[in-house]
Amino acid sequence: MTTDEKKTIPQHIDDKLFTVKYKCDEETHLKPDQEDCKKCAEKPCTIVCPANVYEHDAAQNKLLVGFENCLECGACRIICPAGSLDWKYPKSGCGVTFKYG
Amino acid sequence: MEREVVDVVIVGAGPAGITAAYTLAKAGKEVVVLERGDFPGSKNMFGGAIYAQPVAEIFPEFWKSAPVERNNVEHKYALLGDKDGTTISYRNGNHSEEGHYNSFTVIRAKWDRWCAEQAEAEGAFIVPETLVESLIIEDGRVVGVKTEQEEFYAKITIIADGVNSLLAKQAWNYPEIKPQNVALGIKEVISLPKEKINDRFNVDDKSGVIYTILGGPMQAMVGLGYVYTNLESVVVGLGVTLEDLTHSKTKPYELLNELKKHPVIEPLIEGGELLEYSAHLIPEGGYKAMPDLYKDGVMITGDAAMLVNNVHWEGTNLAMTSGKFAAQTAVQALDKEDYSANMLSLYKKKLDESFVMKDLKTYKDVIVTLEKNSKTFLGFYPEKINEFMNQFTSVDSIPKKKKYIQFVGDVLEQRSFALVSDGLKLANLAGGILLR
Repeated sequence: MTTDEKKTIPQHIDDKLFTVKYKCDEETHLKPDQEDCKKCAEKPCTIVCPANVYEHDAAQNKLLVGFENCLECGACRIICPAGSLDWKYPKSGCGVTFKYG
Repeated sequence: MEREVVDVVIVGAGPAGITAAYTLAKAGKEVVVLERGDFPGSKNMFGGAIYAQPVAEIFPEFWKSAPVERNNVEHKYALLGDKDGTTISYRNGNHSEEGHYNSFTVIRAKWDRWCAEQAEAEGAFIVPETLVESLIIEDGRVVGVKTEQEEFYAKITIIADGVNSLLAKQAWNYPEIKPQNVALGIKEVISLPKEKINDRFNVDDKSGVIYTILGGPMQAMVGLGYVYTNLESVVVGLGVTLEDLTHSKTKPYELLNELKKHPVIEPLIEGGELLEYSAHLIPEGGYKAMPDLYKDGVMITGDAAMLVNNVHWEGTNLAMTSGKFAAQTAVQALDKEDYSANMLSLYKKKLDESFVMKDLKTYKDVIVTLEKNSKTFLGFYPEKINEFMNQFTSVDSIPKKKKYIQFVGDVLEQRSFALVSDGLKLANLAGGILLR
């Protein structure tokens, strides 16, 4: 058996997130200060986020926020060098529900 | 209209909040728990094991009725290189016997719900799907909390809202947690038939194995990996400080993928199906990063208070124990009708006198030392141990003595005088743990 055939457990983040249960997602609870983001060289939120929520769009020079996938860990809040990410919990009963945790 | 004031309002139905609610309700006090998730535990995630003794002090003989997965009888420490690894195992047959149980794996969502049911049975009132937005502070005293819909007034407020504790920040006005004081934990729960788990881990249906993993993809990072066995699933995860994760420029789930593909780990999970991927922060600042634990009308517990022993990976039992102490303090305060900071300082005293604060104090320098020397202690030495094992176990027609001289020569050349200072650092750390 080759290593590829053994890979029955998903390796791609989208497949991992597919196993997570989410509820309601009309409004974002994660609001970066785009002006600060433009000045931010490292953009560590794009590295540490376990749900790959943040992506830098170079063409628009804008931080894209896929808040629907947020696992509510808070890593982005703490790592934001400008400390200007407006981070809230999703509204009551919204967001992620861990079935195992 | 006169406002309605309950005895105690608790924010967060995790292990700290629920234990506080259970203890208060049992003492006949009026207690309301507000939980933002669908049900208690729905926002919670941890590695995988709870320790029997401290939990049994709250829920005696819980293993008879609580949803526990496996009783851990073996702990393995795996020191991983790129493609190799050295594992030390400790198995204790006594841990299979009631009265000597050490730890159990549990599934957080089930376990927290069970704990919540015990609290409800004692009369605690748990309100799910309710996000607390802020504390209500009057004349410097916390007098309750504000949710999206309404205000809850209470004689005492217990904050148990977890590692991000936005409420603690409001009450204490303390600086944000630093990236080196917090680890990101991520894990995967992987389904496997129980017979396969039994075979792969060399256990029966009731028994489980814990792996603590150093190195591998986390080489030279302040981070650890782990494997836990549930009855019909295996958990693989890791925790790395946000600081080191940022410097690594590697996405956390890519580190986890690498760990899963490591030759020491892959055979344990091969062929399994991913049930759930999850993430959570772990407060690792320890003793030195803790906020004040009480103020007029309020106490702070569990992860929100940074009560995690990062060396032994104890968080849940510290949270539960802190919830118990906060509740016991609240009971006395309610009986005396004194909700002042002075009265609530009893909570801190209880923590100080218990294993919680004593352990945190014992290990207060460990993380700092590891942070400063991560390349050496979490990179160089683990690598050398595996290199030595490779030399020792390989037969390749090179005379053994030559190999050993070469190995020692390499270590001396690479570390030279630093070996002495490394030894001193370790001795100093050990001295700090044992003597101070």
